[in-house]
Amino acid sequence: MARLEIGQIIAVIKEKLPEAVVEEVLDGVDPFVVVKAEQWGETARLCRDDSRLGFDLLSCISGVDYPEREEGPEIEVIYHLDSTVNYHGLTIKVKLPRGDPRVASVEEIWRTADWHERETYDLVGVIFEGHHNLVRILCADDWVGHPLRKDYESPDSFHGIKNVIY
Amino acid sequence: MNEAKIRTEEMLLNMGPQHPSTHGVFRVVLRTDGELVLESESHIGYLHRCFEKCAEGNNYLQVVPYTDRMDYLCAMMNNWGYAAAVEKLAGIEVPERAEYIRVIVSELNRVASHLLAFGTYGLDIGAITPFLYAFRDRERILKIFEKLCGQRLNYSYIRVGGVTFDMTDEILADIEAFCDYFDPKIIDEYDNLLSYNGIFISRTANVGVIPAELAVSYGVTGPSLRGSGVQRDLRRDAPYGIYDRLEFDVPVGSGEMGQLGDCWDRYMVRMREMRQSIRLVRQAVKDIPEGPFCDKKAYRAVKPKAGEVYKRVEGARGEVGFYVVSDGTNIPYRVKARAPSFCNISILDKLTSLSNVMLADLVAIIGSLDIVLGEVDR
Repeated sequence: MARLEIGQIIAVIKEKLPEAVVEEVLDGVDPFVVVKAEQWGETARLCRDDSRLGFDLLSCISGVDYPEREEGPEIEVIYHLDSTVNYHGLTIKVKLPRGDPRVASVEEIWRTADWHERETYDLVGVIFEGHHNLVRILCADDWVGHPLRKDYESPDSFHGIKNVIY
Repeated sequence: MNEAKIRTEEMLLNMGPQHPSTHGVFRVVLRTDGELVLESESHIGYLHRCFEKCAEGNNYLQVVPYTDRMDYLCAMMNNWGYAAAVEKLAGIEVPERAEYIRVIVSELNRVASHLLAFGTYGLDIGAITPFLYAFRDRERILKIFEKLCGQRLNYSYIRVGGVTFDMTDEILADIEAFCDYFDPKIIDEYDNLLSYNGIFISRTANVGVIPAELAVSYGVTGPSLRGSGVQRDLRRDAPYGIYDRLEFDVPVGSGEMGQLGDCWDRYMVRMREMRQSIRLVRQAVKDIPEGPFCDKKAYRAVKPKAGEVYKRVEGARGEVGFYVVSDGTNIPYRVKARAPSFCNISILDKLTSLSNVMLADLVAIIGSLDIVLGEVDR
């Protein structure tokens, strides 16, 4: 297969799933598309299985907290996809309500998502539905809160160890 | 004696968090049946200090030293990954001379990192001598870096806009001398000492086989992926810096000693990469132009417009990625790091479930993945 431009990639997704893409931002530093949260699972499968896309490598999953958005408080989950056969990439975003951020897990599609989703759950507090073992991975099991939320406050101590700020 | 009467029992065994072969604080819970590992469960996070949270409290230039401490064995490439992301976000042009210096120091750092991987891998398997040889030569590289920026491990040398100090002719001569000294060593000493040693081959060939498709699905990158025969190297496939002007080959595994994607293949990719790195250093040293070594404005402060960027570079362990979000102030809104070791080690539990591996082989597998826990836990 061949390398596709961002416009062609979006066209392929729209051809199969006409309602999945809700926003395209192509003029920024890095172009990205926003996919409807309910259709993320289907879109992910299409991205991997369609031979024109061939996104077989999930490079990274990032969660970003936006408590002060005009549209209401949001959490964005950003998926950076890459293809080792077609040599192109795609950035897909899913926007979730901050009060109850839930999105389908893609660990069955890309196995690497297992740990990445656990990390995003641990640090940002996104619930990945269908994940087989969604527990904390970097912080201690009994840690309270999600450190990368913007309103997170560091605890004064943890199991008797004082939090010293210099 | 009737075999059925012998009572066997499965045992749960904690390997780590303090274990010499895990190369840091990493714990694997093993369900063992005698010498066989039936199942494993990795636990990470013992070194977690939330680099990403720290980054949200410092300005763009102050984040660089934190990136050193992720993968402290190839800090140059971490610096470069972060610097490249911020440069793309802020639209900063890097001076030509700085690009050449970046290639030189990164490739030297790759050699230093692979040398350490080579030495400690021998140690894991029971060969002590290669370790001493590797550290003898790694020391020479660290001396060069010390002369260049005063640091032996956490350089913070590649910064947003260029590099911190200029490269002097004296150091360039040192580097050339090192290349001349080191090039024959790989074949004459290392390969004879370890690579083609009969005991080493029987310990690593056909052990821990990772099929290419599985490796990609688990996000394995770098030498560990190329060991499975996948032709993927960002320096060639998505060139950054001046890599598109330089000539080099991308070595991949071929199942020479056993199956494709076994521990020996992964090990050998690193050995062959060192030779390519020296080739790259020689070219860059030859062509390095005169000029400034850093963008003057970016040397003092950086304030990108609102936006976001994801940038990756090829580190010694795989693809080092940085996702940086700016809100228009001089402090990053969010920095997310993609650490190659984090993805590479996640395949370990799958490998032990695919086939029953021996306890001693598990040590060989972990060593062949070449992880750095500072980066896994960030």
